[in-house]
This record gives sequence, C-alpha cells and structure tokens, in this order.
Amino acid sequence: MILAATGSGPVIPHYGTGSRCVVENHAFCSSWVSAHWGDTLQPALVQHVELTGIAVGIGFAIAFSAALLAYRRRWLSGPIEGISALLYTIPSLALFQILVPFTGITTTTVEVALVAYTLVMLFPNFVTGLNSVPADALDVARAMGFTRRQTLLRVELPLALPAIVAGLRVAVVSTVSLATVAAFLLPKGLGYPIFLALKEPSPFRTEIYAAGALAVGLALAADLLLVAARRVLAPWAHRGVA
Amino acid sequence: MTSAAVNLHTFLDAIRFIGSNWHLLLDKAAQQLELAGAALGLAMAVVLPLGIALGHLRRGSTVAIAGSIAGRALPVLVLIAAFLTVFGIGFVNNMIALAVLASGPILINSYEGVAHVETNVVDAARASGMTAGEVLRRVELPLALPLLAAGVRVAAVTVVATAPIAAIAGGGGLGDIIVNQAGYGFDGVLGASICAMALSVFAYGVLTVLERAVTPAGLRRLAELEKGNRRRETVPVANIT
Repeated sequence: MILAATGSGPVIPHYGTGSRCVVENHAFCSSWVSAHWGDTLQPALVQHVELTGIAVGIGFAIAFSAALLAYRRRWLSGPIEGISALLYTIPSLALFQILVPFTGITTTTVEVALVAYTLVMLFPNFVTGLNSVPADALDVARAMGFTRRQTLLRVELPLALPAIVAGLRVAVVSTVSLATVAAFLLPKGLGYPIFLALKEPSPFRTEIYAAGALAVGLALAADLLLVAARRVLAPWAHRGVA
Repeated sequence: MTSAAVNLHTFLDAIRFIGSNWHLLLDKAAQQLELAGAALGLAMAVVLPLGIALGHLRRGSTVAIAGSIAGRALPVLVLIAAFLTVFGIGFVNNMIALAVLASGPILINSYEGVAHVETNVVDAARASGMTAGEVLRRVELPLALPLLAAGVRVAAVTVVATAPIAAIAGGGGLGDIIVNQAGYGFDGVLGASICAMALSVFAYGVLTVLERAVTPAGLRRLAELEKGNRRRETVPVANIT
C-alpha cells in the first residue's frame, strides 16, 4: 500500500488511502468531503431524512388521534401525557436493544422508538392548541349552524394550528437529533459516519464535522420549513409561538 | 417455538444476567449517575445565573430562545464526537457534551420563569420599597421556582437518559455494556438496557417528587384553584356538541 510506503499510519483504514490531509487527520479536509459525498454523506443524509420523516409522520398520526380523543374525553389527557413522558425518559440506546427481541435489528425497531419519543412533544401541544380555542368562537360556530365535524375542520383545527406547528417543530428537531443514535443498531443515518469515524484508532475529524454539520443543518432546515408552512397556513399567527 | 416464547426466554436470560452481575451493573450505574450529576451541576452553575439575570432584566429573549433551540438541535452523538477531537477520550469530554445538552431547558425555563412574573407584582414590590436584589430574591425567584425546577428536571432526565451514549467516548456507565455485545453477549446488552431504563424512570420519579416539594405552598394552592376554574370553564365547551 502507498500509505505503508510513506511510513505514516493510515488514519482511516476503511477508506483506504487518501490525501495527505486525510492521512494526517487535519481539522477539515474538503477534498475528502467532495470525494465521499456520493458514497457516504449523501446516502446517510437521505436515510436520515427517511428515518425522521417516517417517525414524525406516524407520531403525528398517533398524537393527533389521541389529542382529538382527549379533547372529547378530557380525563384521558392526563394519563396519555404521563405515559408519553415516561416513554421519553427511556434512554434511546437502551430502548433500541429492548425492542430487538420483538422486532429484530431492523429499521422498524428504530422507528418504533423514535415514534414513541415524538409523542411527548406532539400530544401536549395538540391538546393545548385545541383547548385554547376561545369559547366565543365555538358559540359563533354553533350559532351559524355548523355541525360538530364542520366546527372541528373550520374553527377548532385552524385556531389550533399554531400550537400544532409548534409541537411539530420541537418533534422534528429532536427526532433528527435522536436518529443519530440509530447508528448504534443499524448502519443508517448521519450517526453512522460519525460512529465509524469514532471507531478509528484516532477519530477521523473531517467525517465527524461533516456529518455533524449535516445533522444540525437538517434540523434547522426542517425547523425553518415548518415556520414557513405556518406562515402560509396560519398567516394570522405571525407572532412567534416558539 | 413461538416468537412470544423466544421473547420471554431472551428477557429471562437478561434478568439472569442482571442477577449474577448486579455488582458490575451497580458500579456502572453509579458511574453513569456521577457523569450525569457532574454535567447537570456544570450546566446549572453556568446557565442558571445567566437565565435568571436575563429574565430579571427582561431582555435577551432571543438569546434564551436561540440557546434552547441550539441545545435541542445539536445531537449528543455529534457533540460527544466533536468534543472528543478537542478534549480527547474521557470524563471531561462527556461532561461538557452532556452539560451543553442540559443547558437548553435550564436556560429557557429560568429566563421565562423570571421574565414572565407579572409586571404588576414586580411594580407592587418596588413600590413597597424593595431594592432590585430584594425583588429578585423575594418576589421573582419564588414565583419562578416551579418553571425553574421543571427546567432542571427536564435537563436532568435528558442527561441521565443520554449518558449511556457517552460509553463510545470512554464515559463508562451502563452504556459500556450496551455497546459491547461482543464482550457481554445479548443477555448482557439487554440486561444493562433494562437497568438503564429503570435508572432513568427512577430518576424521573425522584425529580418529579422533588419538583413538587420545592414549589412554594401558596403557588401549589393557586395552581389547584386555577385547575378548578378551568374545569368549570370547560363545561360549556364540552356541551357545545
């Protein structure tokens, strides 16, 4: 090997030889990033978006149904909130392994855990949003002869929208962050390049910084997208519900 | 064999592992709590005064909100990996990474707690001749305490739940066993995972009780009153259907 010939130890064996910057593990090697964007970083980014999107999507469906139920049967909201808070306390690293006997070392295992974690951020926000609909607005809807369904679709949900988006923002940002831990179970997501870089005799810096920056960038981009969505869907709620 | 039976066997093996290795697990759990405690202490020492000061001055809400969002958006694995390249493997790296993670909820809650004390109440305290320091100590802080305590609880639970990941950077703790299936087998991995879950749930319980204990009695009564009021208000809403 060329590396052995030059006498310097290969820093990142699983990528074979590299430029001097890579071999000497400088702070950041843009050459490595452009060379391995296609085979390492981009696939990891796409997988990360998938892991997050599926988790938040399913979490949204569950939390939304539960919130509608708790809106009609108020005594349910305390226990549901308690259970989701308890689920959230379980360490992700541990929850993945505890689910393995049931769903194996699969993406399903990761998704089940990630969905469980979204509930604590989505459900209370959805319930708060629905409960904060002013009684006046509901009276008007009734006076106008709206049915229960019309009231929900045209009055309650639009007014609850800012709180719903606020919950989604927190859930998306947290899920992007938690999905990096999936790398401990599966070779998937932006956590995996970091995981590999840490396994090197001397942690490969470029890979850690590049994948880390992508994870943070993804979280912030998703957050901005939701803020933009709220501006379009609920233009009256510009003042931030952070 | 049905899959349910497989599951049961796997869990029985894990429990057997816990039974025969409880000494090791207790050691690792203590290590994990030590790391979590140090990180939480560091975060509280730095961020709590900052949030309270900003809240008292009622400025810097952007800083508080941005700080809490950044704290949430930075994945702990990224933090640990990035700090590893700076501080090397070991306790300090992990403590700082977890402290950053804990800072978000502590900062935003201490800021919001103090800044959102009603201006009428603060004005009344000033009018009765209290100095700025007295207003902070005797009015703002007691009223902010529930939110402050909630922020610390969220931070503590997050740190205890995240600490196992520190194992990848020599942080020790139950994560050492969870990430080392080659050394301990799946029984060990599952056993340590169950212990880590129990530890987090235990911490959550203790902190929830503590949080209730530090809330001033007057505020607790007020919260109950408000709850009662809300319930009365909700009756017509529920009837509208």
